[in-house]
Amino acid sequence: MNVDFAVIISNAEFLLLQGLVGIGRFGGGTLRLAVPAIALGFVAGIILGLARLARRPWIHYPAAIYIEFIRGIPLVMVIFWFWFLVPVVIGRPVPEYWVALTAFVIFEGAYIGEIVRAGIQSVPKGQIDAATASGLNYIQTTGSVILPQAIRNVIPSLVTQFIVLFKDTSLASIIGMMDLTKAAQTVSQRELRPFEMYIFIAVVYWACTYSMSRFSRWLEVRMSPERAPSQ
Amino acid sequence: MFAMAGFLGSSYQFHWGVLWQAPHGQWLLNGFLMTLKLTAVSWVFAVFLGILFGTLRTIPFRGLRMVASAYVEFFRNVPLLVWLFFWYFGAPEVLPESVRQWVVYHGMEYWSAVAAISIYHGARISEVIRAGIQSIPRTQVESGMATGLSVSQTYRLIVIPIALRLIVPPITNESLNLLKNSSLAMTIGVGELTFATRQIETYTAKAFEAFTAGTLIYLGLCLGIAFVMNRLEKKFAIPGLIARTERAEH
Repeated sequence: MNVDFAVIISNAEFLLLQGLVGIGRFGGGTLRLAVPAIALGFVAGIILGLARLARRPWIHYPAAIYIEFIRGIPLVMVIFWFWFLVPVVIGRPVPEYWVALTAFVIFEGAYIGEIVRAGIQSVPKGQIDAATASGLNYIQTTGSVILPQAIRNVIPSLVTQFIVLFKDTSLASIIGMMDLTKAAQTVSQRELRPFEMYIFIAVVYWACTYSMSRFSRWLEVRMSPERAPSQ
Repeated sequence: MFAMAGFLGSSYQFHWGVLWQAPHGQWLLNGFLMTLKLTAVSWVFAVFLGILFGTLRTIPFRGLRMVASAYVEFFRNVPLLVWLFFWYFGAPEVLPESVRQWVVYHGMEYWSAVAAISIYHGARISEVIRAGIQSIPRTQVESGMATGLSVSQTYRLIVIPIALRLIVPPITNESLNLLKNSSLAMTIGVGELTFATRQIETYTAKAFEAFTAGTLIYLGLCLGIAFVMNRLEKKFAIPGLIARTERAEH
């Protein structure tokens, strides 16, 4: 048993620039995947959350079935579906990055949709009546009155889900995308130093997710000036 | 996903028979059993760690609380996949040679997966347990004592029955996450359900059939467990309480 942390220093540039950020000849990158996946997943979640609460059965039943279906299967299955079937369907290979991004948005949209739904349900019904009475239409009521309050109510759950998504991006390495996990795998095969490599990326992942949760607490306090900071 | 079947067109020949032809049917069955075994064994360890550290986070000893917090915050904030690689590739490197030899000959993939899944999910379950304990108002204990119950009676008749009911929904949710996350064990070569699905796909090139089988089995398991737990939850619901506790997804 001999542990050599110098191997981390000599490979830090590859691990952090290529693996974490995605600058380099391999493309990929944990952040370059996570940031658009969170943004698009959030949009998909808002649409699904609204759809699930829609009055029309042909909108809310498909949304409910979609959400329950996705929540009943592992993410890695969704990734494999896209990885093996999209090339067959469209007749040409698709880069790992796009497969992973699509799978994440499809998968996380279902979970974020449930959070958005809970948020909307936490807004008092009188808000809709008041908005309607002041002459706002459905789009205006939803966009300017309901959603801002709904989202604010569920910021902690949303950020928690974004953290889950951030951690889930490590699964893109299974189909070969060069993210932080894949970069560590590559280096540890060359240097034969798996212990040091995996501890190092664990710390990097931890630093990212922990700062996200600190940011969430700050945001929660900042966005609710009428409430005392909840601890 | 099933809509894709229409787009596959004439270039793709369906052959559902590959799923039960020897030896593929056996692979699928073994994979399914391995998923159940891995989930059950990891679940027991995870719940043990969860109760231990979840309780430690609520007790009035600062040192122990900090140890428990450090465990929870570090292990649940790092991806499970990284922990799997760490326990499979990294951790044996620093074990003494004799221990390493023993582990290598006693199903190292399996035990690395059990270690990774139970330590990761143990940290997540700790949070559920801690939230459950902290959600019981102190007044419950005080009123129990005031009506003449002893401390053990108060815990046995009031605190524990309420805490268990509050904890069941998030624990169910977390257990389903554990079941779904056990699919990641395929990456270190554990022959569970996703591994079997991939294997059938590799040998037969019938991706659509193989992944449909895997997807439906996971779906059946998850929906089945959720249905049973939902019935239990309703049966044992506390009259007068409408609020289900916040689901812990983290």
